[in-house]
Amino acid sequence: MNFDLGPYSSYIWPAYAVSVLGLGVATVLTVIAWRRAKARLAALERK
Amino acid sequence: MFKYANPANFMRLSSILLPWVSGACVLALGCALYWGFRVPPDYQQGMTVLIMFIHIPAATMAMGIYGLIAIASLFSLVWRHPLADVAARTAAPLGALFTALGLITGSLWGKPMWGTYWVWDARLTSFLLLLFLYVGYSALWNAIDDEARAARAAAILALVGAVNLPIIKFSVDWWNTLHQGESILTGDIAGIYLWPLFSMMLGYALLFTVLWTIRIRTEIVARRARTLMQGAA
Repeated sequence: MNFDLGPYSSYIWPAYAVSVLGLGVATVLTVIAWRRAKARLAALERK
Repeated sequence: MFKYANPANFMRLSSILLPWVSGACVLALGCALYWGFRVPPDYQQGMTVLIMFIHIPAATMAMGIYGLIAIASLFSLVWRHPLADVAARTAAPLGALFTALGLITGSLWGKPMWGTYWVWDARLTSFLLLLFLYVGYSALWNAIDDEARAARAAAILALVGAVNLPIIKFSVDWWNTLHQGESILTGDIAGIYLWPLFSMMLGYALLFTVLWTIRIRTEIVARRARTLMQGAA
């Protein structure tokens, strides 16, 4: 694999970094919201 | 189709399919990155061609998700399907994310190729309008307390906003734009660049499917919890 991206690397790496960050944060927030909702329902059903 | 799209069946089927779709997503994204970082520089664009592998999938998803929301809104308005408004509402933040990624990666591609991050041409402006539509759609849902009224108002906005989709698609043909015209279907992209591009498009589509499914499941569980709380009160 080639990570030497030449003179335009200062545009390419930020583009990939923003994409990874955006999609990564969306994934983490989605999973956290799912776990919270599941735990809340389980707590209500136990009552 | 409605028989299989009720919340109970959705929860059961999605719990079986999610691990498989997640695995396929990781595989597709992994292949896209592996193939993408092995391509030779483009004769005109150099290595900025790598931005294409994340810009086109993000832009395609942004438009595709809005199309899905419009279809789900139609189902919600006409057939009052119980999952349709949940499906539309939960897809909107993901659509907004892909639109924002399309705009940011596009401007980072535009600077070295066009000499500017932004220009008010028809493609870029109509795509920015798509981001505003997503934000407006989500804001409308949150602004109205009554869920049925919110679903109806948001569905109407989604259907009206769908007129922007053909404008985005054909803007490069209808107006003189700095943004390039259609290049995938016309065969203008060399075959060596298509494998990572299509693999990334598949990976993005699968990632959206996974996140969307989890968000729908979350909303169904949250509604059950709200019903239980109302019953207990």
